[in-house]
Amino acid sequence: MSTDLTPSQTVGPYFGVSMTPEELTRLVPEGTPDAVVLTGVVTDGEGKPVPEGMIEIWQADREGSYDRAPLGEGEAFTGFGRCHTDDDGLYRFLIVKPGPVPASKGGMQAPHVSMAIFGAGLVKPLRTRVYFSDETEANRTDPVLTLVDESRRHLLVAKVDGSVASLDIRLQGDGETPFFEL
Amino acid sequence: MSAPPDPVGYRRGNDLVDAPYLVPEFKSTRLRAPRQPLISLKHTLSEVTGPIFSHRSVSPDEHDLTTRHEANPIGQRIILGGRVLDNDGRPVRNTLVEMWQANSAGRYIHKWDRYQSPLDPNFDGVGRCITDDTGAYQFTTIKPGPYPFGNHYNAWRPAHIHLSVFGPAFVTRLVTQMYFPGDPLLAQDPVFNSVPGSRARERLICRFDLETTVPDWANSYRFDIVLRGRDATPIES
Repeated sequence: MSTDLTPSQTVGPYFGVSMTPEELTRLVPEGTPDAVVLTGVVTDGEGKPVPEGMIEIWQADREGSYDRAPLGEGEAFTGFGRCHTDDDGLYRFLIVKPGPVPASKGGMQAPHVSMAIFGAGLVKPLRTRVYFSDETEANRTDPVLTLVDESRRHLLVAKVDGSVASLDIRLQGDGETPFFEL
Repeated sequence: MSAPPDPVGYRRGNDLVDAPYLVPEFKSTRLRAPRQPLISLKHTLSEVTGPIFSHRSVSPDEHDLTTRHEANPIGQRIILGGRVLDNDGRPVRNTLVEMWQANSAGRYIHKWDRYQSPLDPNFDGVGRCITDDTGAYQFTTIKPGPYPFGNHYNAWRPAHIHLSVFGPAFVTRLVTQMYFPGDPLLAQDPVFNSVPGSRARERLICRFDLETTVPDWANSYRFDIVLRGRDATPIES
């Protein structure tokens, strides 16, 4: 039994003093030819923007590999990003679309970005995944996306339009984002 | 060629020590806690991997919050150290520990912090370090002050330090708050008390340590951080 674990606590409203430097929103340098802007608005149970949100993402590289460079040493791909939502609840990352990654029993998972949402009023992070609308075929058989009730799956699929992938996050209520217990 | 073995997942059970998302006494959880049940997910490669760090990614002065300005910050200088472990007691090496805190007057350098209490030009309240081969981390800082917040009439946050740790995987990521022993404000704080178990709450309180206290210099406090361990030892196939 995991009873000696350190409990999680909210990041509160003041994490922006150090945790969210601008460079952590860029997983690839500005100007990378295949860069994609991953963006959306985080809203609460009344549909109001959440300006004290800290969004973290973790993803594979273009080839679907999680081999990565250490964070904070240069521009090599680290797979990790962190962003402070702005006054309108908006998050924005510059990423490359990840490749498909292995699933169990030799299967494959559709390209996806893992996301953790921290914030004032969140005693522990909410975990979700971002899939991509131009991967219809791979999404249909993804072993994680298919765990989600069919009527809610679209809430995890970012709308891809050129070099922008958009997905809003609703913490509670109508259109609530499906969250995972990991 | 046969398929690679499934990755060994990380142990569940953090739900037994963490607060539920909805804690009615903690007002700001009310509109942010999801209503739908969480969907349980068997860990895949995406969950058992995470960012990596090297000692070169943090500069050596980032663990000392008391020496990077012209003069000493106001307040009680303290050493805060401990080990990052998994819950099999194994050290979590080379992982990033980030911290942020209020100054000794209970004030953050943040546009939203309107507490009528002074900023300290010699204190920014942020630190980072990488754990060593024994999982140890250490900061030198000043003891933060308590401050009021809007949860309920006359609500106060007890003195605390925010600590953020990665561990080896996306699922081991932990952000917590560390408190000081004997603080009378703990009893009325909905954030500290959001953790349901009294023993789990006690694990958020550091302990004073005379042995590592430096004579004529600084009191020392110890705070170990325990992350989820692996479900089972990976088997070579």
